[in-house]
Amino acid sequence: MESPAAHSAERYFVPAPSVWPFILTAALVALVAGVSGYLEDDHIGPLPIYVGGALAIAVIFLWFRDIVRESEGGQYSAQVDRTYRWGMSWFIFSEVMFFAAFFGALFYARELSLPWLGGEGSKVATNLVLWPGFEAAWPSNGPANAGGAFKTIPAFSVPLLNTVLLLSSGVTITMAHHALKAGKRLPCILWMWATVAFGATFLYFQAHEYIEAYTELNLTLKSGIYGSTFFMLTGFHGLHVTLGTIMLLVITLRLMAGHFKPDSHFGFEGVAWYWHFVDIVWLGLFIVVYWL
Amino acid sequence: MAHTNDLAHGHDDHAHHGPDKGIMRWIKTTNHKDLGTLYLFFAFTMFFIGGLMSLVIRAELFHPGMQFVQPEFFNQMTTMHALVMIFGGVMPAFVGLANWMVPMMIGCSDLALPRVNNWGFWILPFGFTMMLSTLFMEGGGPAGGWTMYPPLMLQTGNAFPFLIFSVHLLGISSITGAINVVVTILNMRTPGMTLLKMPLFVWTWLITAYLLIAVMPVLAGAVTMLLTDKYFGTSFFTAAGGGDPVLFQHVFWFFGHPEVYILILPAFGIVSTIIPTFARKSLFGYDSMVYATAAIGFLSFIVWAHHMFTVGMPLAGELFFMFATMLIAVPTGVKVFNWVATMWRGSMSFETPMLFAVGFVFLFTIGGFSGLMLAMTPVDFQYHDTYFVVAHFHYVLVPGAVFSIIAAVYYWIPKWTGRMYNEFWGKTHFWLSAIFINLTFFPQHFLGLAGMQRRVPDYALQFTDFNEISTIGAFGFFVTQFIFIFNILGCCYGWFGRKRDLPDRVWEGARGLEWTVPSPAPYHTFEDPPALPVSEVTGVHDAEAAH
Repeated sequence: MESPAAHSAERYFVPAPSVWPFILTAALVALVAGVSGYLEDDHIGPLPIYVGGALAIAVIFLWFRDIVRESEGGQYSAQVDRTYRWGMSWFIFSEVMFFAAFFGALFYARELSLPWLGGEGSKVATNLVLWPGFEAAWPSNGPANAGGAFKTIPAFSVPLLNTVLLLSSGVTITMAHHALKAGKRLPCILWMWATVAFGATFLYFQAHEYIEAYTELNLTLKSGIYGSTFFMLTGFHGLHVTLGTIMLLVITLRLMAGHFKPDSHFGFEGVAWYWHFVDIVWLGLFIVVYWL
Repeated sequence: MAHTNDLAHGHDDHAHHGPDKGIMRWIKTTNHKDLGTLYLFFAFTMFFIGGLMSLVIRAELFHPGMQFVQPEFFNQMTTMHALVMIFGGVMPAFVGLANWMVPMMIGCSDLALPRVNNWGFWILPFGFTMMLSTLFMEGGGPAGGWTMYPPLMLQTGNAFPFLIFSVHLLGISSITGAINVVVTILNMRTPGMTLLKMPLFVWTWLITAYLLIAVMPVLAGAVTMLLTDKYFGTSFFTAAGGGDPVLFQHVFWFFGHPEVYILILPAFGIVSTIIPTFARKSLFGYDSMVYATAAIGFLSFIVWAHHMFTVGMPLAGELFFMFATMLIAVPTGVKVFNWVATMWRGSMSFETPMLFAVGFVFLFTIGGFSGLMLAMTPVDFQYHDTYFVVAHFHYVLVPGAVFSIIAAVYYWIPKWTGRMYNEFWGKTHFWLSAIFINLTFFPQHFLGLAGMQRRVPDYALQFTDFNEISTIGAFGFFVTQFIFIFNILGCCYGWFGRKRDLPDRVWEGARGLEWTVPSPAPYHTFEDPPALPVSEVTGVHDAEAAH
């Protein structure tokens, strides 16, 4: 090997061997095996869920702590920075495709399968033979009235408020970013706390809306295709907002600990990208799930 | 853990670390060569397990009537054979090859995200342990086919959630692996290696990785809907609740068709690497190869419903998906003609990798033609769910994808281990494989055309002869692979007195940065970006390279 010091500045950072990925995998398998056992009632008990879940969270924390230390220790070159940018972009793209599957299911149900059940076009026999008298309309819980009659949540009530909250959070995180780039740390931290607050408030209203749906509107997961698409889309979005809020909180605490520089702060930007992604998915939800 | 300490020592102390000792080397490794080796060993273990399952299937089908297993177990075998071979065999084998070769081909020190690379690998043995464990559960393993169509799939017993979650885990593995490959290719190329100077294996993997990132999350969404339909009362695939079982097929095949190209594009890259080496000519039509790969990648997203022609789609859908599917023959034809044109007037020699590559071109094309037949909607109504379909996709997957993997291992194992495989046994392996694989799958075309259905453990008497031939071929092919295993392990472990005495450029006609490093390649290669001589660039014509 040539002298290690010679090219260290521009050399790409290759991390030392790490045991985190292996433990994380073991923890995740314990977690999902535990959940599988729970779903099938085969008496494994909840222990694998708790142990696997706790271990996974701990390992994710430790793994990211390594990354933060490497980053703050100045070991990441501009090329490593580009790696994280590309990596985060493609990760968000994969998330977009995950949501696309559920948006696609909603589109298919509303535009194709429900009209066919109602006897549209060449599918008239489906209606006459299998579901006579069923008329396709949206919202629908299908010809069997799955889950019983239900009411929907009007778009221009809490969902509109939530839209305003998320859009505002998009503004505040941008303000925080500008403050960070200008080297104004205190305004940056304050804008970040505002962003976290918007995210948390959104989640509060979302939880409130779910409780109302279950207790007052009889709108549940079991409410046919409407309930299925409604809760799966908003539910997965809510999970992403939860994760995003935790990420916002982490970078806020890192800012308070003095991390990030005005010209180098991809940890911050990656979270901001993720937050904007969550925001845009919500706009899609607001339009096609609540409004139209 | 131990390594957090060396953060204090700064960068270079652990940029030059050697591997850990013993088992911890493999558990903790962040080295692309170690992980490539792990991927390949895992993939070949899975090929072995999946191969045993196929032998159960073929043994049962040797004669009509029930011979060895119960129908339920037979269906578990067809289901698990497919899942194991696709997600455990072919995909990890290609990822293993990408791990080994992409950094050495583009001149960088490692994949862009080495810890994530480790994670992507270790998910596989854990995920497959979970999936295979379902075979021993109450109610047995999943038996509804690897395509997991509801409502049949929802009748699976205790195995069901284990199957769903293992698919989720394998999806995470694929996505992390794919992001790693894309980022490495986009960000880590040595200066001077522009996109159109990349080796074709790198190009095909770039597009494969893009397909993986785009469609694995869709599969995750599809199986999540299955899970909630079974356990949480949703109605995605229940007409009574306003859903539609056919919806699953659409979502699944939106994943499934690009998946087919995920299984073959890296094979195209391998063959495009090997043929020029042994024809001693530069690849004919490099640019058109790249554009054809991209065109196939794009088209793969708009053909999915050709798997569902008989499901009752509107006529416009049948027509659109028929014509879109037939369009794929154009870029694929470009590739086949380019390979043939590369060999035209070359000074050809037929070492084992070349035999497998030429075998690939010939036999994959047969699978391509039967695919064209299946693409025609009215004709497909006759072939759907028959052994003709089985013959078609096994022709593209076994003498297609698997032959390319074998070719790649023969081609690069001298670089990996520094030891040459045995040429006689390599050639024997090829000829026996080529004979047995045709014996196995060619008669299945006739069986399907005559009306024998797939995924059924029994059949009518008149199909017996061809089934016997097919079974003999399958057992012969399986046994033949032991030649390969011993030949390759001989290189890995230095058996049969094999010496490490190879030059850097093991094949004198080979081009590419991987042939500029010693054989075996040292643990760390290209820690500093190498210069890129024009003679190592795939897309450069021979006459230009000579200057």
